[in-house]
Amino acid sequence: MTLRVSTGPHILTRENTQTLMLDVLIALAPATAAGIFLFGLRAAWVLCVAVVAAVVSEYAWQKLMKKSVTVHDLSAVVTGLIIGLNMPAGAPLWMPAIGSIAAIILVKQLFGGMGHNFMNPAMVARAFLLASWPARMTTFLLPERLLGSTQASLGVDIISGATPLVSQKLGISSGVPLSDLFLGNIPGSIGEVCKIAILIGFLYMLVVKAISWHVPVFFLGSVALMTWLIGGDPLVALLSGGVLFGAVFMATDYVTNPMLRVGQAVFGIGCGLMVVIIRSWGAYPEGVTYAILFMNCLTPLIDRFISRKVYGMVKKNA
Amino acid sequence: MRLSDIGIFLFFVNCVFTNNFIFSRFLGNCPYLGVSNKLETATGMGAAVTFVMGIASLFTYLSYSYILVPLNLQYLNTIAFILIIAALVQFVEMFMKKSLPALYSALGIYLPLITTNCAVLGVALLNMNSGYNLLESVLSGVFGALGFLLAIVLMAGVRERLESSDIPKAFKGFPISLIIAGLMSVAFLGFSGLVK
Amino acid sequence: MPKKISLRGTFVNGILAENPTFRLVLGTCPTIAVTTSAINGVGMGLAATFVLIGSNVVISMLRNFIPNKVRIPAFVVVICTFVTMIQLFMQAFMPSLYDALGIFLPLIVVNCIILARAEAYASKNPVLASAVDGLGMGFGFTLAMLLMGSVRELLGNGSIFGLNLLGASFEPALLFILAPGGFLIYGLLLGIINGLGNRRKHNKAIKEVKAA
Repeated sequence: MTLRVSTGPHILTRENTQTLMLDVLIALAPATAAGIFLFGLRAAWVLCVAVVAAVVSEYAWQKLMKKSVTVHDLSAVVTGLIIGLNMPAGAPLWMPAIGSIAAIILVKQLFGGMGHNFMNPAMVARAFLLASWPARMTTFLLPERLLGSTQASLGVDIISGATPLVSQKLGISSGVPLSDLFLGNIPGSIGEVCKIAILIGFLYMLVVKAISWHVPVFFLGSVALMTWLIGGDPLVALLSGGVLFGAVFMATDYVTNPMLRVGQAVFGIGCGLMVVIIRSWGAYPEGVTYAILFMNCLTPLIDRFISRKVYGMVKKNA
Repeated sequence: MRLSDIGIFLFFVNCVFTNNFIFSRFLGNCPYLGVSNKLETATGMGAAVTFVMGIASLFTYLSYSYILVPLNLQYLNTIAFILIIAALVQFVEMFMKKSLPALYSALGIYLPLITTNCAVLGVALLNMNSGYNLLESVLSGVFGALGFLLAIVLMAGVRERLESSDIPKAFKGFPISLIIAGLMSVAFLGFSGLVK
Repeated sequence: MPKKISLRGTFVNGILAENPTFRLVLGTCPTIAVTTSAINGVGMGLAATFVLIGSNVVISMLRNFIPNKVRIPAFVVVICTFVTMIQLFMQAFMPSLYDALGIFLPLIVVNCIILARAEAYASKNPVLASAVDGLGMGFGFTLAMLLMGSVRELLGNGSIFGLNLLGASFEPALLFILAPGGFLIYGLLLGIINGLGNRRKHNKAIKEVKAA
């Protein structure tokens, strides 16, 4: 007898998915606005292309496979937007397009559509693009405009385009004041730099109950704790790179993270640990992408074993 | 990457994560794709492979160092290794049948199939190419197999979850498993560079 | 009694209906490992073909003499002999290909295709048929390797057989010559070929219904 604990919106109807996705889009709005403000029109184009490519590929696939078209549940829009926000502002437009198409077709639709993917599509897109065109994906432009700061006050390394994390990897102190890290006056991908915008979105999602706090809190907490344990600055670690964006918008994807709260805590801790490990000893300056993807792989097993422990026996599906 | 250079913990990380047998070395694909649809059988297969790979590493090392090299017959290593592995699996089968009958019947046909698992012969050849000593050979066999176990268990977890999913008919079975493997190996790219 | 198939039918079988890579899904390890370029893929395919024909012929010749209980070890020894032969040959005359194929050259010994054909065909059929089966299967495998190798090299390097085909403005996607690319391309090609095969069967069935 197959006893299975399955995830996915079996209890959600299309209207519920749409409401949820709408809330996520609202939560993403501040980061989107900040990104376009900081990086200019190019960023806006990247975001547009990413969203359009995602929606069109989902529509095309569903039409070709003679399935009902679900693009109005807005999940493709969310995926596309997140992919766009993960791109460097200077990326050639074919890159977010390819990323979106791969995410929707390969990661989502081929597995059966909404709720059946086992990996976060936007995350896979980023990893796919990073592995394929490493130079392009790690070349970050300086912001065109700054928030509450001036060019003169930025550190030398920032002028050269190295992100704070890259400097940290090379062992150079990047000398970026915390306020710039917080406001986003640093090179980085479009959506990840303005931390305050991300936090506003986080609060919104918590208030409307679009996500639960467990994954982000445990994720960020373990990043802070482990960084502190190895002698780094926890606050800088949280405000550098894609950790905040990843913890709030990608690790919280309910399809690809564990069902029960305990499982989610484990998931968050695992992500946090892996991020610090990769940042400190791995080949890449940023580990959020791979950390989340690896924990996505573990999610089915986490679900299986945690539910057994919590209930004392394996749940039966009706 | 010698044990003496990097220590046992990093040796473990290297064998299981950074140079995972499935995701980096492409050894052991057939059982990985074929036996991974149920978590129990996947775990059983992984455990059996770990056992066989450890012992196979031991015996192939001994035969290479003490028989083939002194007699200058290194070019016969392929034949020697595969015969040792085949004989080993036979013995393991007979031993299990007598002493661990429950496990023997649980594994069923998968036990003799370990002979053709390219991971077993592969690790023997890799050990020899890397110039490992006895301890390193055995550890690389056991740890490598644990990496295989990790991979096959992850795959089983995902495949069980997909049982009710509406995958296009043309992709059901092997194609989607290959795509899952591809996506997982993207995740494992994150472990590169951890062991220098 | 299995129905009599012509030699030509046997040959084509290995390329199309029972293509070892895309229909039987055997020998997946080298298929993913060495198809990082077209030339490596073809090199492996040809080496495996040599071993396949050789072992099929010898096993077929000996099929009435090998006791059933020890048939698998006997097959393995025969296959091994041919693998060692091709190993030594390549090491001497094609050193760069030898290096590129690495441990997957000796691993041809445990390539499921060869053992499967020995068990399923060569041990039950006369020598000439076995040789042709080996040739067909090997050819099918080589074509599959050529396809995979070409696609991966084209997308990951912009070239096929080292010839730059897509021009300087094409930025190759490195992923395809890395591990994930191998799995993904194999999976996609397999799915597409399955889909085409299903559609052919579907159309054939419709035709038969119409004709009836």
